Amino acid sequence: MRKRIGLAVMLAALASLVLPGTAFAQLAELETTVADKSIELDMVWVAVATALVFLMQAGFMFLEIGFSRQKNAGTGVAKILINLAIVTVAWWAVGYGVAEGGGNDFFGTSGFFFHFDQTIGQGEEAFNVAGSDAMLMLFGMAFCAVSLAIVWGTTLERIKFGAYVIYALVFGAVIYPLVAHAVWGGGLLSDIGGKPVMDFAGSSVVHLTGAVGALAALLLLGARKGKYDADGKPRAIPGHSMPLVGLGVIILWIGWFGFNGGSTFETAGSFFGEVMLNTQLAAAAGVIGASLAVYMKSRTLDVGMAGNGAIAGLVGITAPSGFVEYWAAPVIGFVAGLIVVYAVLAIEKFLDDPVGALSAHGLAGIWGTLAVGIFASPRLIVEGAAPGVWYSLFDDIPLSSTVGQLAVQGCAVLFTFIVVFAISFATFALIKATIGLRVSDEEEEAGLDISSHGMYGYPEQFIPQPEYSTGLPSTMGAGAGIPAAAPAQMTATESQEGASA
Amino acid sequence: MKKIEAFIRHEAFEPIRAELLDKGFPSLSIIEAKGSGRQKGIVERYRGSTLTVNVRPKLKLEVVVEDKDKPLVVETILKHARTGEVGDGKIFVLPVEEAIRIRTGEGGEPVLQAHSDEEMPA
Repeated sequence: MRKRIGLAVMLAALASLVLPGTAFAQLAELETTVADKSIELDMVWVAVATALVFLMQAGFMFLEIGFSRQKNAGTGVAKILINLAIVTVAWWAVGYGVAEGGGNDFFGTSGFFFHFDQTIGQGEEAFNVAGSDAMLMLFGMAFCAVSLAIVWGTTLERIKFGAYVIYALVFGAVIYPLVAHAVWGGGLLSDIGGKPVMDFAGSSVVHLTGAVGALAALLLLGARKGKYDADGKPRAIPGHSMPLVGLGVIILWIGWFGFNGGSTFETAGSFFGEVMLNTQLAAAAGVIGASLAVYMKSRTLDVGMAGNGAIAGLVGITAPSGFVEYWAAPVIGFVAGLIVVYAVLAIEKFLDDPVGALSAHGLAGIWGTLAVGIFASPRLIVEGAAPGVWYSLFDDIPLSSTVGQLAVQGCAVLFTFIVVFAISFATFALIKATIGLRVSDEEEEAGLDISSHGMYGYPEQFIPQPEYSTGLPSTMGAGAGIPAAAPAQMTATESQEGASA
Repeated sequence: MKKIEAFIRHEAFEPIRAELLDKGFPSLSIIEAKGSGRQKGIVERYRGSTLTVNVRPKLKLEVVVEDKDKPLVVETILKHARTGEVGDGKIFVLPVEEAIRIRTGEGGEPVLQAHSDEEMPA
């Protein structure tokens, strides 16, 4: 920003030499223009980032469908679409106001039903909604939708569809906005004894929030049928497509560049580049950490765990991505990768979490939030905050201040857990007491595709298809590619060869 | 008439089919089957849990032939399906009462296997 204004002054000075009479007015005009263009450029970047963050919905969709059985493949698509739709409306009508509308320490009180020229905030910080504010509002909406998508990872293959609808409404209007307000909206966590919580893109605000919601749902929902044997030992219920899981992980990974990079909200100093490089380093280290851990533990390279490692690395770097130096990013990602494997294996013993959301988003989210308090660089921290403990151990920053910051980061974890768990548990308990949270045994056996949606995700599995006798495209004419003396009974292989010949 | 049912390894099918066709027995069916026998199941590892798959995939080959052709078909199957390892499968021979060709409604032994002058592209 400073660089660009400097350029403007130079240009203006140049202009004043050419046209001395009108120099003063032109200088002012030029400064205004440059400032406007600068905001517009920032918003173009946020727009790109927003699209990437919305793309993450496809990532969650494929990840969850891949980890489900074939009979539950279609419901994942419906869930993502309905959730995204509801959270969009809830955020526009209520959520944005609760998160960003000034107000008190706990919730915002303005900005509901977001519209043009609306006054948002109180006192000195009040502003009237201009065109550029829409982009930031939409970016926040995308984050809320990601957080909600995380919730359902633990509930696959057995939850009633109605639960999605009701919880999405509460989540988009109340739960996520409360946490976002506390950290990013000038609420409780933006000033704890003078120190703000540093969560650059939401290890706690987005990911821990989603995972805690997932825990509340899982506790009330219980395990899938057949997950535990008579002795209570966990059994594998393999998901039907590791390729879909891989596709989901890669889409999430790419979306994360918008998630973290876009959280700069500006293009000044091209700082988003630093954030994105940190993101990439941590994701890579997460894959390596998880792969090593699962290999050492079971002597097999579990495909899904490598994917969980990538996600854990990304979740881990989400809070620190704008606050740490490059060397710290792979350390954070690697540790997150180790955490996710040991956590999945431990949690599996008593809780049925099909995709590992509690570990990859919950525990890695906690680690990421705390990692800021360990690795935050004096060069990058926000005003009022202290660097990480590392800089006390290996530099000359007083320990009292850095440990204080670590404690503040811990407060964010605690606050998020308590608030999200309380409201989520109450909501799911209410759903369970009224419409019910879980489908019947019969519906679970049949699969949610046919029982909740009346159709199959993969219909050819269940419905016979008419045969196409020659195996040749009709345009080629009957028998064009087959010698007349060909045997009547051809094998599948042969008829395919015939078709390609 | 005899029905020969053979549970075989997937990889044994193609050579059996080729040789039976060569010897004038183009009509046969296969069914993807899963079964257990002396061969043990395999253990799959998934996210730290293990899953034992106790039934292994096999092919069930079904051929109906005239009584006199039975030894020839059985020999052909044995020749290609035998590796000497546990899991090669089994052959069962059953009596068949009737055979009817759906297209024409004709019945009896002549419908069992194709004869070269009647062959036509499907």
